[in-house]
Amino acid sequence: SSQNRLVTMIPGDGIGPEISVAVKQIFSAAGVPIDWEDVDVTPVKGPDGLFRLPPKIFESMARTKVGLKGPLATPIGKGHQSLNLALRKAFSLYANVRPCKSIEGYETPYKNVDIVTIRENTEGEYSGIEHVIVDGVVQSIKLITENASMRVAEYAFKYARDNRRSTVTAVHKANIMRMSDGLFLKCCREVAAKNKDIKFSEMYLDTVCLNLVQDPGSFDVLVMPNLYGDILSDLCAGLIGGLGVTPSGNIGEEGALFESVHGTAPDIAGENKANPTALLLSAVMMLRYMELTSYADRIEDAAFSVIREGQHLTGDLGGNSTCSAFTDEICRKVQAS
Amino acid sequence: QAAVAEPVSRPSGRHTATLVPGDGVGPELMGGVREVFKAAGAPVDFEEMFISEVSPNQSADLNTVVESFRRNRVGLKGILTTPTTFKGGVLQTLNMKIRRELDLFANVVCVRSLPGFQTRHNNLDFIIIREQTEGEYSALEHESVPGVIECLKIVTEENSMRIAKFAFDYAMRHNRKKVTAVHKANIMKLGDGLFMRCCEEVSKLYPKIEFETMIIDNCCMQLVSNPYQFDVMVMPNLYGNIVDNLAAGLVGGAGVVPGESYSASVAVFEQGARHAFAEAVGKDIANPTATLLSSCNMLRHMHLEHHARVIEDTVLKVVKGGKIRTKDMGGYSSTSAFIAEVIHCLP
Amino acid sequence: VASQETRMLAKYGGRNTVTLMTGDGVGPELLSHVQEIFRFAGAPIDFEVVEINASTNTPEDMENALLSVRRNGVALKGNIETRFDDPSFKSMNVALRTQLGLFASIVKCKSIPGLNMRHNDVDCILIRENTEGEYRQLEHENVSGVVESLKIITAKKSKKIARFAFDYAVQNNRKKVTAIHKANIMKLGDGLFLESCREVSKDYPDIEFNDLIIDNASMQMVSRPSQFDVLCMPNLYGNILSNIAAGLVGGSGVAAGSNIGDDYAVFESGTRNSGRTLKGKNIANPTGYLLAGCDMLQYLGHNQHAEMIRDSVMTVLSEKQIRTPDMGGSATTLDVVKAIIDDVKPKTLAWKSLAEHGAMLQ
Repeated sequence: SSQNRLVTMIPGDGIGPEISVAVKQIFSAAGVPIDWEDVDVTPVKGPDGLFRLPPKIFESMARTKVGLKGPLATPIGKGHQSLNLALRKAFSLYANVRPCKSIEGYETPYKNVDIVTIRENTEGEYSGIEHVIVDGVVQSIKLITENASMRVAEYAFKYARDNRRSTVTAVHKANIMRMSDGLFLKCCREVAAKNKDIKFSEMYLDTVCLNLVQDPGSFDVLVMPNLYGDILSDLCAGLIGGLGVTPSGNIGEEGALFESVHGTAPDIAGENKANPTALLLSAVMMLRYMELTSYADRIEDAAFSVIREGQHLTGDLGGNSTCSAFTDEICRKVQAS
Repeated sequence: QAAVAEPVSRPSGRHTATLVPGDGVGPELMGGVREVFKAAGAPVDFEEMFISEVSPNQSADLNTVVESFRRNRVGLKGILTTPTTFKGGVLQTLNMKIRRELDLFANVVCVRSLPGFQTRHNNLDFIIIREQTEGEYSALEHESVPGVIECLKIVTEENSMRIAKFAFDYAMRHNRKKVTAVHKANIMKLGDGLFMRCCEEVSKLYPKIEFETMIIDNCCMQLVSNPYQFDVMVMPNLYGNIVDNLAAGLVGGAGVVPGESYSASVAVFEQGARHAFAEAVGKDIANPTATLLSSCNMLRHMHLEHHARVIEDTVLKVVKGGKIRTKDMGGYSSTSAFIAEVIHCLP
Repeated sequence: VASQETRMLAKYGGRNTVTLMTGDGVGPELLSHVQEIFRFAGAPIDFEVVEINASTNTPEDMENALLSVRRNGVALKGNIETRFDDPSFKSMNVALRTQLGLFASIVKCKSIPGLNMRHNDVDCILIRENTEGEYRQLEHENVSGVVESLKIITAKKSKKIARFAFDYAVQNNRKKVTAIHKANIMKLGDGLFLESCREVSKDYPDIEFNDLIIDNASMQMVSRPSQFDVLCMPNLYGNILSNIAAGLVGGSGVAAGSNIGDDYAVFESGTRNSGRTLKGKNIANPTGYLLAGCDMLQYLGHNQHAEMIRDSVMTVLSEKQIRTPDMGGSATTLDVVKAIIDDVKPKTLAWKSLAEHGAMLQ
């Protein structure tokens, strides 16, 4: 299978291995022309005595350019670098994309949600520049650059076009942060002027929040700086039922990494109870990114119809089925399609 | 012992309050408040002054307005629009200047479902308290090299302590059980870390009030999925702005949620979610509920408990009746019809 | 040194939250009258009521009361009885003062015009060191039947109280400060106190300074009380003299007291009696607590309200002569309270706004 594309797979911790097996199973049932290269991310001790991520993961990602990642337990204070941060740096993953779409069969109080949040991922408030000026006074710096703003704005419009979306909305607070958010907004406006086929609008962060919960159906693609994106992407996930059903992708200049953003759920790990939906939908996003759209559509349809029918749902979706039964049902649907 | 417990329902004294109508539909809504006050016999005289950043020609001087607030110690304020485009010059907005001059450090938004008005979540009742003098909204921005802008977020122990104390004091006074501090200290370890630490420290003085912390992104998700878990929430400026609006959306939008801002000596009552709603100017469609409810809170703050209760009950009754509702609540009535109905229903 | 937040008052939008500790005896009823009158006067105070008395004396109750004062910065308090039969039970009143660092106790004794007493020209301020001296409760039984009680006097605290007394004199237009002591006998302890007062007095050349030995001072107080202005003294002597002075102006129900620290202030009736025998009889005198409440309003900067209520109290007692039995009258507590409310009500009429009223006063 030399034509098959190679994809790096990081199964992750806790329920990670089970749900990545599920995804692989569904992919092979659909005959997706990719091969998986599993990498382990257990930190190894470097020559300087510090624990680092194994170099194999960087080599693999550099080769494949595309990765799928399960949840990772965040070891706090264990003295090795965060995988997310390391990968984000290594491949300049500048945009975080989260499509949030209402799932039929999994009811929430919000109907017809179909929102994509695109978040600038490299600068803004999370640049980590903070210092104590005098005792009791801390200053953090939010950094906004033209380069990064242009880059993410351009991606937002590209995404909208690739995914047949009609509107891109820039979310900002330029009435207060007139310079920094002002710059971000200016970049968005500039890019919008070059992409007349996509409608462009701009909205205050607070207005977006207000309207999101009142009328989520009125939003399409949102593009915004780091912090706002962090908040709104989780908010939107909440609208459709939480992180367990929300896919996520990180787009970079050198490649892209797709992941499920939920936790490792150590309490149910290995018990065949986990819900693979988030990782599966992330994998579907990945297929679209790799322009394997027909496979993406087939798998997505199958997954959604299984949820809609409601016969084989895992516990978190309100059913009492197992991970493997859920997976098998999707496989059956995929093969039938 | 209780022989003197006659209610102080109708004091004969009159009070003066500052009134800043604000931009957009503000003047229309404030007109409504005046009419209702008059009909209900609320003994309040308004000292009205128009101030605006978008129409500077008609605007009163900032100092005059601030002086009026300081003198009267209480006021009602519409929303001031801020132009988004930055053309150089002063970074601080007019809102910020007023807040800073008066040291209105705490903003309170009462998120309460209106009985009889169905939204996705009903029977909500929680309070959002927001620090509003520092944080990201300090207007400290500069262009270090062309194309690179630094925006400074300042967190100080003094202000964090002050807002934390405010939140807990508020919870005590209103018999609330829990305070949730919202932050992003996992990323902004120093700044938000300081905020969280201050909340924690203050919480020790309030053993009867449960204290918990929550990361802002999770908080937003929880708000839309399970908002019932919240009681009193306290947070820095930017997060407060987000959560205020989000929560307003949960119970029916900017038109129904009252808010108030406090300094040590001044209280300013306004809408909870700050939208001037300029596109509705002159159309007589804006929802006066939020403004009326916050004017009731103002009356209560001025010791006019009786009038506050009468007006509040009437407004809630009109909303509950469901016949007269403005467009944003799914009805067809005009602002003036709503006001007229409230006046009609006053006991 | 208290941390940042403890120095802050719970004051928002011009309204203060204040702890109300009910206490024993007539405390609860009189304090409820204070609340009532405050409400009619529109005083911008919200009370956080903490039930504390001799029967609620668990450490948690105490801790709760303390926390409440730490939160609000200011309290109005009824007296809490101390059980003498239980030696392990320490006075809550003392514990409150030491734990909150309320180093100065102030008792104001002023003759009420029209009330015919033996002396009608009493107007003195008794300032008492509150945290050390004899009341530190450092006592132990060395051998059976021999108890030692330690009295502690430090230069630091003595100077602090002296400075406080002189500052008070300056701020309230008083002319003289008298230090009260027993340095002829307790040469070291009281000697240190007197020496500290002398030293501090040099910084205040405009205020006259003298000193009196406690026994002589007690005698002077009952014979010629008009000679006293501000008195400054260690703990125990303060207790004695303030009771004498209160007796001169009409008894335990008339004097107002306050306890001031760097961070907190607790206001109470001047003589720390609970009035258990009067409980529930509707005859206790509300004056002391009301005046304490006015002092509290003043401490919080609500001067207009303080003046207004104080005026009404005086009008009722002096001009309208509606008085409780302890002042020689025949009115009940409620009669007095009602009369005060009737006097307060029309005053709020004239207010167009707080601000204009303020301008009027100035």
